[in-house]
Amino acid sequence: MIDLADFAEQVGTDGPVTISGLGTRGGPQPGVRCVRAPDGVDWVQPDEMIVCCGAGTPVDALVAALAEYGQTVALPSGGTVGGALSVGRSDVRRLGYGPVRDVLLQARYVSAAGEVVKAGGPTVKNVSGFDLCRLLVGARGALGFLGEVLLRTRPIPAASQWCCVEAVEPFSTFGSLHRPVSVLWDGARVWVLLEGHPADIDQQASGAGLQAVDGPPPLPSGSRRSLHPADIVTCSGSFIAEVGVGIVHHADAWSSPPRAARVDSLARAVRHEFDPTGRCNPGLDV
Amino acid sequence: MNGALVADLCAVIPSDRVHTNATELGLYGRDASNIEGTAGVVCFPLTVEEVQGAVRAAVRHGVPFVARGAGTGLAGGAVPLHDAVVITTTKMNRVLSVDHVNRFAWVEPGVLNLDLTRQVSPLGMHFAPDPSSQQSCSIGGNVANNSGGPHCLADGVTAAHILGLEVVLSDGSVVVLGGPEPEIDGLDLRGAFVGSEGMFGVATKVCVRLTQNPPAVRTMLMDFSSVDAGAHTVSAIIAAGMVPAALEMMDQLCVQAVEAYIHAGLPLDAAAVLLVEVAGLPHGVEADVQRIVDIGRAHGARTVRIAQDEAERALLWKGRKTAFGAIARIKPNYYLHDTVVPRRVLPDVLRQVYDIARRHDLLVLNVFHAGDGNLHPLLVFDQREPGVMDRVHAAGEEIVRASVAAGGVLSGEHGIGLEKRDFMPLMFDPADLEAQAAMRRAFDPTGLANPFKVLPSAAGCGDLQHVPDGAWV
Repeated sequence: MIDLADFAEQVGTDGPVTISGLGTRGGPQPGVRCVRAPDGVDWVQPDEMIVCCGAGTPVDALVAALAEYGQTVALPSGGTVGGALSVGRSDVRRLGYGPVRDVLLQARYVSAAGEVVKAGGPTVKNVSGFDLCRLLVGARGALGFLGEVLLRTRPIPAASQWCCVEAVEPFSTFGSLHRPVSVLWDGARVWVLLEGHPADIDQQASGAGLQAVDGPPPLPSGSRRSLHPADIVTCSGSFIAEVGVGIVHHADAWSSPPRAARVDSLARAVRHEFDPTGRCNPGLDV
Repeated sequence: MNGALVADLCAVIPSDRVHTNATELGLYGRDASNIEGTAGVVCFPLTVEEVQGAVRAAVRHGVPFVARGAGTGLAGGAVPLHDAVVITTTKMNRVLSVDHVNRFAWVEPGVLNLDLTRQVSPLGMHFAPDPSSQQSCSIGGNVANNSGGPHCLADGVTAAHILGLEVVLSDGSVVVLGGPEPEIDGLDLRGAFVGSEGMFGVATKVCVRLTQNPPAVRTMLMDFSSVDAGAHTVSAIIAAGMVPAALEMMDQLCVQAVEAYIHAGLPLDAAAVLLVEVAGLPHGVEADVQRIVDIGRAHGARTVRIAQDEAERALLWKGRKTAFGAIARIKPNYYLHDTVVPRRVLPDVLRQVYDIARRHDLLVLNVFHAGDGNLHPLLVFDQREPGVMDRVHAAGEEIVRASVAAGGVLSGEHGIGLEKRDFMPLMFDPADLEAQAAMRRAFDPTGLANPFKVLPSAAGCGDLQHVPDGAWV
């Protein structure tokens, strides 16, 4: 267990406060007193498929530590573990690896009251009490700041291969594959990430007419859109769509549709319950 | 009976679906636990508008409301207290739409778990959570309890398979939380709702993720001369980097009960039997089967039986899935527990479970999801025996305490409900419980959505606490 007493003291009990990891996902709120979460892998239990680390641990350092055990974690690379969880955005392997919210088993965070609070539990399966962990993922620090996290790990597959095929529509390739890890489409080509036994990868690839390539295409960074997965075919311009998921990386800017009023008021009620004075990451709208 | 409340309910739901007769109130006063409550009135809405009307009527009268699916919950989560309005969703049982390309469906909460899988199976898909009650439990109940099942080892429990929800909140408003769009801005209110045991509102539509059926499946049975050897095999399989589709264990007493019931040729002298299923693409499946057999033999597996066809596979699974029925041959009653422990302490905790049962002069059978450390000790007894329930409850409490002390958790898939409410402090400090109470207050400021469950009194936000007969908290 990581000692969070210093971290809790830094967060304190009053006044605006923000948190910084490596600044790769937007960084701290400007002009606000800034804290950092503890850094470092505390333990790895490969036979439980669980790792415990400080939220300030770089994702890439965690991935390297897990690789020694033949395991990895389904977090997007770069930045810190706490940043990846707090922003909650998956990488292009979401189709196969699941969303970031499924990774967090237990969190100890510092609340707006400056207390260390535990959410979730230390086992791979747990329904004891309400699922506060899922609320913390994607909350961007508005409900408190992650200090220590227990994450679900996954085995590194025996083999892994990106492949590509020309395709004006993506769904026939998608439908012909069994549980691909990623299927990307730019309107003219489909890229697929296959993982598992090498012979299965070869068979899947040849069945779908896929050719091996070095990796996925670069992702446009103008906007990240969240669409009904059937609606990716309505995209135009320069884009890469995640087939079967509905995330579209587009060259052009985009603003997400507004939340329904009652959903918005519910989210505000949650935030108010956790942080009545709005001191954690003030100015950030979640 | 609250006549004014019933009249208000009948104004929004046709009176033939608002029931107040004593027999039905008795039936709906309990779920599959042995906890008994009191229902004031039971209604059967067909639409979201009728659910809204029922919720508004209950709140207007200051009466609790309890959403109920098939009533198969084992922790008392759907047991109504203090003459609550029971809102039964079993008649809201339509599959509304299926997107077979992107593999999700919108369903009503009363759709039965196995019915959904049957309906989408011609499309090569299934709904992954498969609780033992899957023939009779509803999707709405699965959402409320964040239900599991044998095949959740590889694919995750219900929360991983719920994309969106339409929910009636206690103010009568309807919100859609999440949906097929993957990254809806803001807090994951959908994720917070799953597993909230009816205390955040009533789900009226559910967007479920559907899972591709595997092209290849291999099911095998390995038997061991000690429980420890079986448990060590489980840990070794996971540590070797494999996540089988299912990894189940039965101990000797359970195997004997099941074999007498289904005659599948199970080894009666084995101390423990592992049922392992590997699913996926053919080469990967065959490679994993070989590695698992090698690991099993290295840990002392006496025999390895690999199902040769679908009929044999079904027979092996029948043994696992009918275990609870088979147990009736030993004693007429059982109490099924549900805790999770780290896999590496399974042998030690199982030893404690046997010891606890022996000290309380009870028989215990173990049939459980070994792959994720999810224990299901079954205490079997004859409730006509004087004083036996006290021993059953005392043993149950010790099992829960031993599991948490070993680094485990209170529940893996049944939920907390009333059964384990007062054990929550074993896992959570007051500040942790207050955070969970804060979630509840945000969703349900009235405190009338299925009150008195999950949160012990100190964190209950003024919920009137009452533990009914049959609860052992």
